[in-house]
Amino acid sequence: MPEPQTAIPGLNPGAGEKYYVRFTREQRYMHAVLFTTFLGLAATGLPMRFSESFWARRFGTGVGGFGAILFLHKFFAVVLTIAFLIHLKDVFQRGIINREKGVFWGPTSMIPNWKDVKDIFGHMRWFLGLGPKPQFERYAYWEKFDYWAVFWGMIVIGFSGYAMWFAPFFAHFLPGWALNAVLVIHSEEALLAVLFIFSIHFVNTHLRPDSFPMDMVIFTGVESDHEFEEKRTLEYQRNQAQGTLQKKVGIAPPLWLLNFSKVVGFTAIFIGLTLLVLTLTAYFS
Amino acid sequence: MNGAAWKNATLTVRSLALAAGLAVLVLAPRALRAQDCLTCHGDASMTDSAGHSIAVDGKKFGDSIHGSLQCTNCHADIKGYPHPDKVAPVDCKTCHADQATQLSGSVHADTKEHPCTSCHGNAHEIFPKTDARSAVYPLNVPKTCGQCHSNNGMAGKHGLASVYPNYIDSIHGFALSKEGLLVAANCQSCHGSHHILSHTDPASPTYKSNIPQTCGNCHAKINDEYQAGVHGQAIAKGDLKAPVCSDCHTAHAILQPTESAFRMQSTPICGNCHKDKFSTYRDTFHSQLGSLGGYVETARCWDCHQAHDVRPTSDPTSPVNPANLITTCGRCHAGANASFVKYQPHANARDRKLNPGLYFVRLFMNLLLASVLTFFLLHTILWLIRSRLSQMKNKAGNGGKHA
Repeated sequence: MPEPQTAIPGLNPGAGEKYYVRFTREQRYMHAVLFTTFLGLAATGLPMRFSESFWARRFGTGVGGFGAILFLHKFFAVVLTIAFLIHLKDVFQRGIINREKGVFWGPTSMIPNWKDVKDIFGHMRWFLGLGPKPQFERYAYWEKFDYWAVFWGMIVIGFSGYAMWFAPFFAHFLPGWALNAVLVIHSEEALLAVLFIFSIHFVNTHLRPDSFPMDMVIFTGVESDHEFEEKRTLEYQRNQAQGTLQKKVGIAPPLWLLNFSKVVGFTAIFIGLTLLVLTLTAYFS
Repeated sequence: MNGAAWKNATLTVRSLALAAGLAVLVLAPRALRAQDCLTCHGDASMTDSAGHSIAVDGKKFGDSIHGSLQCTNCHADIKGYPHPDKVAPVDCKTCHADQATQLSGSVHADTKEHPCTSCHGNAHEIFPKTDARSAVYPLNVPKTCGQCHSNNGMAGKHGLASVYPNYIDSIHGFALSKEGLLVAANCQSCHGSHHILSHTDPASPTYKSNIPQTCGNCHAKINDEYQAGVHGQAIAKGDLKAPVCSDCHTAHAILQPTESAFRMQSTPICGNCHKDKFSTYRDTFHSQLGSLGGYVETARCWDCHQAHDVRPTSDPTSPVNPANLITTCGRCHAGANASFVKYQPHANARDRKLNPGLYFVRLFMNLLLASVLTFFLLHTILWLIRSRLSQMKNKAGNGGKHA
């Protein structure tokens, strides 16, 4: 498909095409806080997990020694906890207080449904050339998995982390061996999160051919008419049928926002991939 | 006055003095006095036919411990003047028989390689060891020994390590060189002086089982504690596998135990013998954080087990005896309670019998990790291949709109 030509040089290349708002400002900020704190937690947590590896001590000394690394880890953890609580409050507000439709049920909800199960198998059949490509709604099954993986990870890693931080306090409720177990849980679950985000999330969302090298929608909040229809056909068609598509029209992202987003996004991907390589070298050595 | 004229003048003076001296000798034969010898040997530029200095500083000799002696007391083969060109080497043994006997049984027995002067300095300028000018004055001993036991020193010829740099940077070396503490351990405090034996000789103060006593000469209280602990008792029973002072503190490079370098290097030393305990310790947060360096306040072996007075868990005075755990853990963990101290600092998540709860938690976490990653890795790889194929079929370009 030919790219629309820019009429005025200097304006962004997408000018002239219709754009739809896909993520609110709050959702984009939430993602930014999430990946910043996640990178921070991974960068300060991995040297502790693989403290015997050649890069861990150098990194530890680089950020100012063990005290600094633990301080930064706790700092990012607290910020992430606050972000998580804000998200919970937000869901509660929208779903329970405002009784907004589509939060807990329906095509726009994060709750998995029967269609997601069918989509997994349908998608796999398509991978193997055995069927047509399934069409997706607002959130596809792998995105719901990403969401719930983070949600579950927040609770598991967060709880085990705070149990270590305030061990004498938690010892009032937990049996002695649980204090041993929380480190195993914390580090294994965190390792899973790191490996998952820095390989599978990166590829599924940003590096696969349809989005390569990066899906900008979580940074700019808007998606072009063509891309929206192509990637979320069912959601596009549903909005068309309900007549709500017009309500979603936004403005094309300005060039500065695109460039800024690219710098931030690629930096995050670069840090993530570096940490992934370091993790794998430490894990297999 | 130019150089040649000066030389002539001194020669003239010297000849006159010589003539006067000869006259005295001829006129009244008597024993040679130091003054007589110094007539010639007092000239600082005097050398023998091979070019070696045979000058003696009369002032320093007079001040030295041998100042009251006559030259011929040592140079006994010289009976008068003129004396033969070749004179017998001086044998210190004549007077210092005890020291010579000790030396002959020591590692320095070869008197050609280790003449007395190699440690005591210029034979005519020997001072008592309490005199700051002496080469064996406590503050000068390390430098004296270091002449050979240093980088590129003679000791290297015998395959011995260069120990002087280690010593001089050690806590003993600092106390001696920076503070000038006369009581700080110098080489001979541990090795002795004339009767130095190899550390492999059971009679040597540096033989493994003698080390606690050697260090205990100064560190008496630590030695008492050590002797009461399991390691001290093992050594006393003749079990040489047990560690002595130098196994943890090293012999020469001894670090401040509060320094991070010491705390970093010592835990693996305990691990040399206590392999299983070290391996389980390494799985814990104490070790993970501790391995990152800096001055690390996480618990190392001796923070819980004591450094010198290591006792078995069953001993009621041991800090790791169950009755004492709240106090021991509480030293770092304010608010430690009975449930908290049930934490196992050496738990083994791979041992189903010993730590069943931990074993199954780890198993579950590993299965979760493996299954999620395997599924999504396959999913992602297949997806990548299919999207690329379908993209090529549709002849579409790369990426999204704003890629």
